[in-house]
Amino acid sequence: MTVPSVDQGVDTKVDRVPGARREALYFALRNKKLVGGLTVVLLFLVLAVVGPMLTAHGPREYVGPPMQPPSSEYWFGTTTFGQDVFAQFVYGLRATFRVGILGGGLTAIIGMFVGFTAGYRGGLVDETLNMITNVVLVLPVLAVLLIISAYLRVRSVEVQALIIGLFSWPWVARAIRAQTFSLRSRDFVDLARLSGVPTRRIIFGEIAPNMASYLFMVFILLFGGAVLFAATLDFIGLGPTEGISLGLMLNNSVKWSALQLGMSWWFIPPGIGITAIVGAFYIMNVGLDEVFNPKLREM
Amino acid sequence: MSKVSLRVAGLKVHYRTLRGDVKALDDVTFAVADGETMGLAGESGCGKTTLGKSLIRLDGRMRHVDGTVELDDEELPIGDTARMNDFRFREVFIIPQYAMSAMNPTRKIGKMTKELLESRGVRFETVRTELKRRLELVGLAHDVLDRYPIELSGGMKQRMVMVLSTLLNPSLLVADEVTSALDVSTQRAVAETLVDFRDRGFVRSMIVITHDVSLVYQIADSIMVMYAGKLAEKAPTDVIVDSPRHPYTQLLISSLPEVGVKYADKRLTGIPGSPPSLLDPPAGCRFRDRCPLAFDKCSEEPPFVEVEHGHYVACWKA
Amino acid sequence: MATTSLAGKPEAERCCTVDRVSMVYKIGAFGGTDLPAVRDVSFEVRAGEVVSLIGESGSGKTTLGKMILRLCPITGETITVDGVDISTFKRRRLKTYYRSVQGVFQDPFSSYNPIFKADRVFSMIKDEYFAEVNAAEWRRKVAASLEAVRLSPDEVLNKYPHQLSGGQLQRILIARALLLDIRLLVADEIISMLDASTRIDVLNLLADLKAQGLGILFITHDLSLGNYVSDKTVILRRGRIVEMGAPDRVFGNPLHPYTKSLLTSVPQLHRKWERVEAELAAGRAGLTGRCIYHERYPNGDGPVGLDAERPTLAEAEDDHFVACFQADGEETC
Repeated sequence: MTVPSVDQGVDTKVDRVPGARREALYFALRNKKLVGGLTVVLLFLVLAVVGPMLTAHGPREYVGPPMQPPSSEYWFGTTTFGQDVFAQFVYGLRATFRVGILGGGLTAIIGMFVGFTAGYRGGLVDETLNMITNVVLVLPVLAVLLIISAYLRVRSVEVQALIIGLFSWPWVARAIRAQTFSLRSRDFVDLARLSGVPTRRIIFGEIAPNMASYLFMVFILLFGGAVLFAATLDFIGLGPTEGISLGLMLNNSVKWSALQLGMSWWFIPPGIGITAIVGAFYIMNVGLDEVFNPKLREM
Repeated sequence: MSKVSLRVAGLKVHYRTLRGDVKALDDVTFAVADGETMGLAGESGCGKTTLGKSLIRLDGRMRHVDGTVELDDEELPIGDTARMNDFRFREVFIIPQYAMSAMNPTRKIGKMTKELLESRGVRFETVRTELKRRLELVGLAHDVLDRYPIELSGGMKQRMVMVLSTLLNPSLLVADEVTSALDVSTQRAVAETLVDFRDRGFVRSMIVITHDVSLVYQIADSIMVMYAGKLAEKAPTDVIVDSPRHPYTQLLISSLPEVGVKYADKRLTGIPGSPPSLLDPPAGCRFRDRCPLAFDKCSEEPPFVEVEHGHYVACWKA
Repeated sequence: MATTSLAGKPEAERCCTVDRVSMVYKIGAFGGTDLPAVRDVSFEVRAGEVVSLIGESGSGKTTLGKMILRLCPITGETITVDGVDISTFKRRRLKTYYRSVQGVFQDPFSSYNPIFKADRVFSMIKDEYFAEVNAAEWRRKVAASLEAVRLSPDEVLNKYPHQLSGGQLQRILIARALLLDIRLLVADEIISMLDASTRIDVLNLLADLKAQGLGILFITHDLSLGNYVSDKTVILRRGRIVEMGAPDRVFGNPLHPYTKSLLTSVPQLHRKWERVEAELAAGRAGLTGRCIYHERYPNGDGPVGLDAERPTLAEAEDDHFVACFQADGEETC
């Protein structure tokens, strides 16, 4: 915390920036939301990495008797066709994290590119990019997706991430554009221009570091968003044609009337998995907001 | 000797920070006479804004440590935010720094005025005529009340703020940097409005806080100079400007370029060094490290004493 | 000819020439309304000269400074530096241009990226212009430059902006400009955010640099500051020059009503407003109802600019020019 109204002598001031980092860490480790959210995410991540090593079966293999409730052999039971729900769950988790990182990452990259360019360049470039942003923003995503999927014979997690990335960047672009606008008018940007620094380096060397915490939060939020979006796609039948995902498990369980047949072990694990991961990410985001924004800190 | 309106004695106010208490005001004692306009000058961080705020409302980080403030022989409960409500606006009012930009942009000015008055238990209708009369006085048309703050220029906004803050004829008005964001020509109009309000009795006495000594020289009866949370000197305006006694005031005044002074003819000099940290201020005179006249005795704190009628100085050499 | 004293100077002496420059901001949706920020402004800054550009907010003074620094586009005629038109410079040429022309801005805290150390402004110059210089030699160069602005390297290097005072930060920025081989410095309100006791030191520094042959464009809203260092004063109002000339003439014998009103409004020490007003009223007594510009150019169609035919200013006395007394110059008076 600084004391804005009291201008101290030079030698008495303490380092604020390293201090700020230390301070952020200090508050981060004491923020229950952040630590809690992170713990949940890490638990699932470990499960996604280690889980497939604990099971001998592939997610789609027909390994045992159908419709078995959880037992010591099949920890989460089996499906109507005798597939191991646990194997499906841990492989599905992997797909979930992949789609989160790829989809969220792609969204962030497109959004940052458009946002930084529009905000920094201004003028005609800004107007054009803004128009494109608005068009993508109002596209009825699901309808477009239905059409796209009709043409795509093979859908993989990567394709899904690509679709997510192409459709969810506009709000990221908008937010970054607004922030870039306000930072661009700061004198240090003019000074960098006077130092002959090229535009790209001004954006990434001067402007972006000032939004580092914001960009980090955006990515966290996008990760959760991508997971949820992927689950929605899977659930309405636009999931990967190969492999398995949590959303696809839900889709299958509904398709084969798991609820009516009392096979709660089929849909509860993927349901909990998606809810917990997405929820944990959103809670982490709230926590990070409190860490970076001193006004929200509960002191 | 004229009647005293404001009497501040031994006032100490600290700012709470993570690194400890900042002693923003330390043992401040002075009086403002009835009808006096006092200029309060000093560099950034000297505590002048803190002093202004202390007379009205301590914000969350400020702590009243010691001392009393009396207005018209009645002690102000400055440490008690709730009890101060009875005094604010009616008896003492502040025009804070950046008041112009603090107006709610979504409210019409008339509505804002009404809400402000009613929050103080005053019915708008009872002051409507007086409000319009005063708007005319400062050269604002009545229809400003139907406008939004954004439609007004800086000078108009500042005049509106002045009319609003003096509407209930407070005893004391504290004006914190009211002219600093304005253009030169508007600056003069606003400053002269302040004097005019005093002359008409809308306010009895005033404290005008500014970093610009030449501005208060134009309008104030007396000037008080602060340095690092303490009072340095207080005297009638002409005395401060023409024959200051405190070395800080002397150096400050001599470092100001005036119209007509040219570098080639007269090279002015600044004051080397910077003010001490108020987290842990040094003992003795706080100007000691930068003072050309400093001697052994300055390690003791100089008292703020009257050296001549109405001229107070805190310096062993004065 | 009225403009000879302006135009007749040998080219070599001129450092920066601003000739009939205008700037129009488009405001409103689809750029519907034009808001002229700068209108037909011409002046020059010579080597070893401080020119004060004085104006209130909205006078276009900052815009002019930014045009010279190429931070905003130049419209109207030309700005030449050392005889070369700068308006078309791109990338490499612009980078070379910045070797000789640099700026310092108003807010010392906003001029530094808050998350980096203050000396980053030096390393940026090194990366872009002196990549081949080795580290030790660079350190010497920076130290020399800091000494020139009277800062000790130990005191200011390796610190974050908030650890330094406003005065130190502004001086570091001047030192940064001095690392390059500059001929012109645009100083935009560089001391208005500093405390009174440190202001004068930065101002004296500018005067010293000028003595070493640097041309300085000193942009300010404060008349007394403009008067202290400058060799020439340019008074701007709503994008136009209203009065220009040697400071003692402009301030000692203000001709334009606007200059006069500025002088009567600026708070001065030792002289109260009423006194200044009375003095100026006496000085301008003979000018009531007259307009020097239109007396010289009855049709308002005299030469403009430095060399050409239609001046917006008339020479009232030696080195003292004044525009039409009509406030905006839109109507004839």
